Amino acid sequence: MDQAKTTTPVLECKDLCISYYTRRGEVPAVVNFNLTVMPGEAVGLVGESGCGKSTVALAIMRHMGNNGAITGGSIKFLGRDITTLSDEELRSIRGSQIAMVYQEPMASLNPSMRAGDQLNEVLMIHQDMSEEKARQRSMALLSKVRLPDPERIMKAYPHQLSGGQQQRVLIAMALLSNPKLLLLDEPTTALDVTVEAGIIELIKDISREFGTSMIYISHNLGLILETCHRLTVMYSGVAVETGSVKQVFDKMRHPYTRGLFNSIPLPGTDRFARPLVPIRGQLPLPSERPHGCSFGPRCNYFQLGRCDKPIPMFAVKNDPGHETRCVRHEEIDWALSEDAGAAQEPMRIGVPVLEVTAMKKYYEIRDNSIAGMITGLRKRFVKANEKLDFTACEGETVAIVGESGCGKTTFAKVLMGLESATEGEVKIKGRDISKLSVQRRDPQLVGSLQLVFQNPFETLNPSHSVGAQVARVIKKFGVASNPDEIQRKMFEMFDLVKLPREFAFRKPRQLSGGQKQRIGIARAFGGKATVIVADEPVSALDVSVQAAITGVLTDIQRKKRTTMVFISHDLSVVRYLADRVIVMYLGHIMEQGTAEHVFAPPYHPYTEALLSAVPIADTSVKKKHIVLKGELPSPINPPTGCPFQTRCHRKLGVICETEMPPERDMGNGHKILCHLSDEVLRGMDPVIAFGAADRASSDIESPMRKRPPAELAQDVVAKG
Amino acid sequence: MTDQALPLPARRTTFEKLLAAIALLKESRIGMIGLCIVLFLLVVAIIAPVLPIMDPLKQYSSHLLAKPMTEGPDGVFFWLGTDDLGRDLLSRLIWGAQRVFIWAGLATLSAYTTGMLMGVAAGYLGGRWDDILSFIGNLIMSFPLIVLYLVIIGRFGATPLNIIVAVTLATGPQVMRIVRGIVLDLKTRDYIAAAQVRGEHPIYIMLVELLPNARGPLIVDACLRMGYVTITIALLGYLGLGLPPPDPDWGSMINAAQKFGSFGANAMLWPAAAVSTMVLGLNMLADGLREISLRD
Repeated sequence: MDQAKTTTPVLECKDLCISYYTRRGEVPAVVNFNLTVMPGEAVGLVGESGCGKSTVALAIMRHMGNNGAITGGSIKFLGRDITTLSDEELRSIRGSQIAMVYQEPMASLNPSMRAGDQLNEVLMIHQDMSEEKARQRSMALLSKVRLPDPERIMKAYPHQLSGGQQQRVLIAMALLSNPKLLLLDEPTTALDVTVEAGIIELIKDISREFGTSMIYISHNLGLILETCHRLTVMYSGVAVETGSVKQVFDKMRHPYTRGLFNSIPLPGTDRFARPLVPIRGQLPLPSERPHGCSFGPRCNYFQLGRCDKPIPMFAVKNDPGHETRCVRHEEIDWALSEDAGAAQEPMRIGVPVLEVTAMKKYYEIRDNSIAGMITGLRKRFVKANEKLDFTACEGETVAIVGESGCGKTTFAKVLMGLESATEGEVKIKGRDISKLSVQRRDPQLVGSLQLVFQNPFETLNPSHSVGAQVARVIKKFGVASNPDEIQRKMFEMFDLVKLPREFAFRKPRQLSGGQKQRIGIARAFGGKATVIVADEPVSALDVSVQAAITGVLTDIQRKKRTTMVFISHDLSVVRYLADRVIVMYLGHIMEQGTAEHVFAPPYHPYTEALLSAVPIADTSVKKKHIVLKGELPSPINPPTGCPFQTRCHRKLGVICETEMPPERDMGNGHKILCHLSDEVLRGMDPVIAFGAADRASSDIESPMRKRPPAELAQDVVAKG
Repeated sequence: MTDQALPLPARRTTFEKLLAAIALLKESRIGMIGLCIVLFLLVVAIIAPVLPIMDPLKQYSSHLLAKPMTEGPDGVFFWLGTDDLGRDLLSRLIWGAQRVFIWAGLATLSAYTTGMLMGVAAGYLGGRWDDILSFIGNLIMSFPLIVLYLVIIGRFGATPLNIIVAVTLATGPQVMRIVRGIVLDLKTRDYIAAAQVRGEHPIYIMLVELLPNARGPLIVDACLRMGYVTITIALLGYLGLGLPPPDPDWGSMINAAQKFGSFGANAMLWPAAAVSTMVLGLNMLADGLREISLRD
């Protein structure tokens, strides 16, 4: 970056220490943290939850709450130390020179004020602007963040905007007074992938157009790759590695960074041939950090006498700007991928277990308004699922992919018997259960169909011990009846999900997120399940834990030959886990087929867009760039013709607006619902390709790949 | 690969848990003061039979409406004075505390049981159940409470049972509202969906999965509510609808003394102060509990 030559950095954190004060005393949250942001530069802060990255952002805003304080070091903003400023001086900086965008857009906007008033307020307070001038500037910025119809947005209340629109309004608000520094704290985590891609695009343009410096906080390495120039990897309150994106991604020099990369499903990983490698152990509590290297207890390279002393940042030789907090960074053979997971036999796929035929689920909405009475249109339908057709076999993993509102959860509810289908059949081992509510199912059937939930913090009842919750399932489904046997079975389930047996007596709050999710899995498999529906089971977990949980799921599935319906919006995880993929959009199956077929051309245009929207943390991957316009339509009021026509980048014309597209069979059960001709579909280029030229330029082989890149690229193109 | 163990706490008995809760409460000064007041009153009420105080029913006709620190016949000493029938105020107050704890406690318990069951059913089952239960609750709450008490106790007599019924009718719907609100939030949690997916009976879900998780805010509310019930029972006593004489009852004591105007001021003051102390203690305890439940 040429900006690096300019004189003063926008932000310079030196030896920053931040502590929180709790009942149990002082808890150091961030220790000796250094960060420099040059004008126009975007710096990423990466780390898992609890590593202190948000604390750093809040400290830069000097917004620590009552129990947090900066205990050492300095934060220099344009040469002035913020830590010594008075409240008055801070107010003149906050919001006008440093602005922040938070994770939850809905929680950041005042629900009782129109978006326009909230925008104008910033200008009228910070810059003493007249209301008319403020309005004009707000409108200008709303169109800069590419919101269509700024007039309407100005008049809207936050709840009348979609999540993506809200986040754009907040970004516009942050940019209103031309801040020098923009802090983005996981700004897209709450959004759908295609909406996320649009926001990321916008963020990239902002640094280009406005020259704003940015600090981008995320746990997602792929997003950092797309948005940032440099990054700092944090672990347990300290920076463990820092450097340019290329340096850290291609030549990582800290075992934790490498562990992170090994635990995310990049293209080329496979749950049988190349399973993900979780980082063992878990993040130490701030009060229980080990002396010396905080990653020591989880590191394979830990050496007594060297790693258990305080460790400074080392500059990596022959790599200016690249620093690591690892004493052994020069002796570890980084090209060797000794900790890659062991390959396993692929699963044998058996006979069909779950057959869904022409299943529809409509919800009826009664319009009791006077207008409804007059027009006589008193009943409307939300078509949550429209003609679902697919089968899932024994031992197979079928992924249902789609964004919010696509009907994937509705299908799960019908399968579980919480809702009954409007039409069609859902057969389990030949028996139709589409209209059989869970109350009328026999225990065996209920036990054979279970659910793994998304949110580990809600999936367990906080009042009961986790052992009791697993035991309840075993008793309820008649697996065992006398107390001793129930307990024995319960302990077996704990062994199966690899949790120590004494955990059975704990309450959920004494477990970490990953451990809770293991209990969730144990509970789902407790009743001899034949079909498991996993509803985004890993999306709420940290990446290193995700790898462990997908590993547990794969293991149990292999042992019990269970059919798994894996519901997700995350295509990386789906590519890694699924045998077959179903892509849904507004209740329709847009594309289905084996994973190889769906992840390779021909694509449905929606699948193509989804694939390009997923950030991939690999500098050698070249992606086709497709950003969908507009927002997800509401399922209450779906578009006519093809459901995807309002956002499609390959729209043909009137035919897409008027006629439901035909289902095209591309061979081997690969079906695409689209008007595009066979030639166009078959002529598509793959969305993801490895840039071979790019790979050759990096002198050291990345530990991620043991095979030559050319061979791998071929494999990916062929496989998906 | 196994996640590392978090420190395993030793399993504790209920008594140890109670002590731990009190240790937590130490953090809140207001809560500690409240707890001390309530515990003091409770201990005094429990050991009333063994305290060296006079018979609360014995009348000294020579010392009617005596002032505090008056010496009586046969070497007795009226620390707080006597009431209109010459009975010792101190011992009546102490025995009255026992009555308050028993009847206010039972009435609160009864109101809570009713309110919780109604609230959890209205909140969890929703639909028609919610409509009907909420309607009943609103109907009762729309009644002026005094009228409600007059109707029930006036019509069926001032027996302890009727007082409990009246308080339950008046307080139950309020508890129902709170519980319903909490349950509406709790029932969207995944663990409730998990219970539904394994085909649990609604009654199991309501009693085992939902109610235990509502206990936090309910314990705080129960303390406050018991304070209100204490006031209510005193009020009933004052209105002449209290426990039948000659039982010492704080409300009835005020009622008896107020007929004598300024002569009865002393006999009226002490039970009034007792009611206030009790309610204040319970409110402070509730505040403290709320304070520590919000922290962490």
